[in-house]
Amino acid sequence: MSNAVEVRSLSKSFASVKALDDISFDVGEGELFGLVGPDGAGKTTLFRILTTLLVPDRGTATVLGLDVVKDLWEIRSRVGYMPGGFALYPDLSVAENLEFFAAVFGTTVEKGYELIAPIYRQIEPFRDRRAEALSGGMKQKLALSCALVHRPDILLLDEPTTGVDAVSRREFWDQLGHLKASGLTIVVSTPYMDEAVRCDRVALIHGGKILEIDPPRSIGTRYGLPLIAVRGGDRFGLLHALREFPHAHTVYLFGDELHYTDSRADAPPETVANELREYLAGRGHKGVEAHPIAAGIEDSFMELMGSAPAPTATAA
Amino acid sequence: MIPSAAAPARAPRATGVANGFAIDARDLTRRFGSFVAVDHITFDVGTGEVFGFLGANGAGKTTAIKMLVGLLAPSEGVAHVAGFDIATQRDQIRRNIGYMSQRFSLYADLTVRENIRLYGGIYGLTPGQIVERTTTMLDTLGLSSNADDLVGKLPLGWKQKLAFSVALLHNPKIVFLDEPTSGVDPMTRRQFWELIYAAAARGTTVFVTTHYMDEAEYCDRISIMVDGKIAALGTPTELKEKFGAESVDDVFVRLARGATKGETA
Amino acid sequence: MNRNALRAFMVKEFRHILRDRQTLTILLMLPLVQVILFGYALRSDVRDIRMAVIDPTPDHATLELQSRFLSTNRFRIVTTSQTPDVIEPLFRRGRADVALVFDPDFASHLRGTEPARLLIAVDASDPNAGTTYLSYARAVISSYQAELSAQNRQVRIVTETRMRFNPTLESVNLFVPGLIALVLVLVSALMTAISLSREKERGTMEVLLVSPLRPQQIIVGKVLPYLALAFANVLTALLAAWAVFHVPFRGSVVLLLAESILYTLVSLALGVLVAARTSSQRAAMLTAALVTMLPNALLSGMIFPIASMPTWLVPFTYIAPARWFIVIARGIMLKGVGLTILWRETLMLSLMAMLLLAAAMRSFKPRLE
Repeated sequence: MSNAVEVRSLSKSFASVKALDDISFDVGEGELFGLVGPDGAGKTTLFRILTTLLVPDRGTATVLGLDVVKDLWEIRSRVGYMPGGFALYPDLSVAENLEFFAAVFGTTVEKGYELIAPIYRQIEPFRDRRAEALSGGMKQKLALSCALVHRPDILLLDEPTTGVDAVSRREFWDQLGHLKASGLTIVVSTPYMDEAVRCDRVALIHGGKILEIDPPRSIGTRYGLPLIAVRGGDRFGLLHALREFPHAHTVYLFGDELHYTDSRADAPPETVANELREYLAGRGHKGVEAHPIAAGIEDSFMELMGSAPAPTATAA
Repeated sequence: MIPSAAAPARAPRATGVANGFAIDARDLTRRFGSFVAVDHITFDVGTGEVFGFLGANGAGKTTAIKMLVGLLAPSEGVAHVAGFDIATQRDQIRRNIGYMSQRFSLYADLTVRENIRLYGGIYGLTPGQIVERTTTMLDTLGLSSNADDLVGKLPLGWKQKLAFSVALLHNPKIVFLDEPTSGVDPMTRRQFWELIYAAAARGTTVFVTTHYMDEAEYCDRISIMVDGKIAALGTPTELKEKFGAESVDDVFVRLARGATKGETA
Repeated sequence: MNRNALRAFMVKEFRHILRDRQTLTILLMLPLVQVILFGYALRSDVRDIRMAVIDPTPDHATLELQSRFLSTNRFRIVTTSQTPDVIEPLFRRGRADVALVFDPDFASHLRGTEPARLLIAVDASDPNAGTTYLSYARAVISSYQAELSAQNRQVRIVTETRMRFNPTLESVNLFVPGLIALVLVLVSALMTAISLSREKERGTMEVLLVSPLRPQQIIVGKVLPYLALAFANVLTALLAAWAVFHVPFRGSVVLLLAESILYTLVSLALGVLVAARTSSQRAAMLTAALVTMLPNALLSGMIFPIASMPTWLVPFTYIAPARWFIVIARGIMLKGVGLTILWRETLMLSLMAMLLLAAAMRSFKPRLE
């Protein structure tokens, strides 16, 4: 099977800022591929290169086998693109927005209806409402409908869930799952680490570099140090106490727990957990639980971030 | 009201708040025409507490915050912030709160030092105080060598941490944070929350909204708004037990799925 | 490419225009209000011009000319003297605007064959007012001479060509075409500049670019709807000129409207060019206002006559589209002339429209940088 996207040694700088630094990856046909990283990681720049809006400084990229520099117009008629922040016309109604974007791509809402129906039906009752009066979740559904209405061969979604509440986010990922099932290739970026599990594969991206590419489940397996979850009363106090432990590598807040990473790669995790319990009890922290855990995506991301050289300046 | 476990690390509570609460709201309501954006919400926030204010888009969060900071008059109900009535004592409230939003925080075309000086001036600090607090703040944030860099050139995470510190510059009793960590990398988000804890330990009350459900777990207590009403209120542990849920995310989704207003109003 | 896309684009633009009531009101009222306000404020009609008369040999002829001045109701004689040394102190103290100095032999020469000499001194500390005083004075003198010539008397002719078409000396007739030119160029450029840069700021431009639409189609879709709106502006402005200021329409109204459309096209294209070159709506607005107002107000000849500009500056006036449109509008409205006279100006505007549209399309990149 050929690749829907092929990126080779891609670099792009703005003034002194390296937005993308020698990035390479492939996205298979029909794959749901996630780019996970914070703002300024280079996600938007990458999307703009893939959508032919920017020309890379170095390296090559193909989308649907087409070169992003040479085959500008061919790519444009075949991709569905949703930029960050939902590019809709606030003064046009739901239906008018959709009709306009359909016409721009040389089609009609009727012709694309079948594909967008599962999403568009949810907002169709509000078809005459202006886009500016929609909630974040509804805007997101409308923007996705607009990007899909011309039945593209690949969907490129830049941070479609940013600023949208947790419920809409879940629904949105459910929709992406359905679209993927219909055979559509989807590349999606997100700053929310927990969304990575919904992808077939994810690329962790930070400071213009890809830290790791793996299926979400295997990402934690490369975490080379003992990781202990600590749960207790005063989190802030525990945090400082744990950081003062001689073998502490990193200590982070993590939901209602703290994640402690030990600097001794060969220490058995159970032993480390016992040491921590004793140490904390000695510091007056009573009833603290500590048990070894497998690293998640966020643990891996921070560990990889910490070992990668820090970005010099912000990549907007 | 404050979980006892969190209390020992905290400094003695600030005085001067009439009933011991940093915020108390009774039947706070706001209507826009026939639409009830905020529908008789009642809650307290204790001094030095980290209070998470959650809700789906369109649930009425923003309207409620605007009323609390004195930007919008309530249609009904009463609320006190730092002991002042939100309907009649807006000026006193503004002097006693700090505010930071994801959209507007600092001037990108001013340097770090100039931004601090500007906000210090706005809140009536003396030049001596400004110089002193600038030094302390930059040391704490590790930004001393960047004091004369334009804020626009700083990485997002640094900007957010700086904006938070600037919001605390005039030692407000309460600081309102509207999605302060949006888009920030996971490591910086945690550093940000450590700043929040440090402020709370000094007695500052923190009122925070977020879309990251794991951050809701960092709060002493959270409220979840659905359709203009407070659908749940308690410590994260209490709520998870009450709803038999694994995480606050599950609690949130379960409550917000039943919502109607956000999608029809 | 498909015609549907273009039509959809224009429908969308009309929706933007019609739904933004505030902007629409401003856009429609601005030309009307500006023309009326500036028409009153800028008109250089002056009354009560204080005149000093130096008449070394008072005579029937000199008194007759003085009475002609007085009968215009514009001139008031503040002093009459036989020696010219009074002029300087009067001007210095601002007690007189104009001095009429008769040659000692004025009356006798007027009766004879030699040219009768007469000096008009004007306080030109305000050059605009000075020019106006001079024009009025010359008009009075030339009408007096014309009267004498009619009686077969030999006289020296003083001509001021423009006065011939504006015998009432109503400066408003000259100013209104200039004003219309200025307002149209500003409003038109602002409209396209704002509408395009707004798409950039909203992020919708990104989606439009990542579509099969070509930059030319986007530009055409943007310019055509605003051309219609600009046409409405032309109509209101001309209506104001006719109804409020009674500016005559001696020539073809159809030709004038056609020329106005050509002229607004120049400006709309300029707006597109500005939006393509700026990164924010604010910058686009300021730039559009600057590049239209400055050259067109200063170099079009509307405020400062081109004839009185230094020679090196004159070629620069060619870049101001208003310079050409003012000649066209004055020609059609006041002189009643047609294309046979105005083809040069029309050609210049056509060239400008084509150049600017081409430049706009060139600078409107199919990518983001």
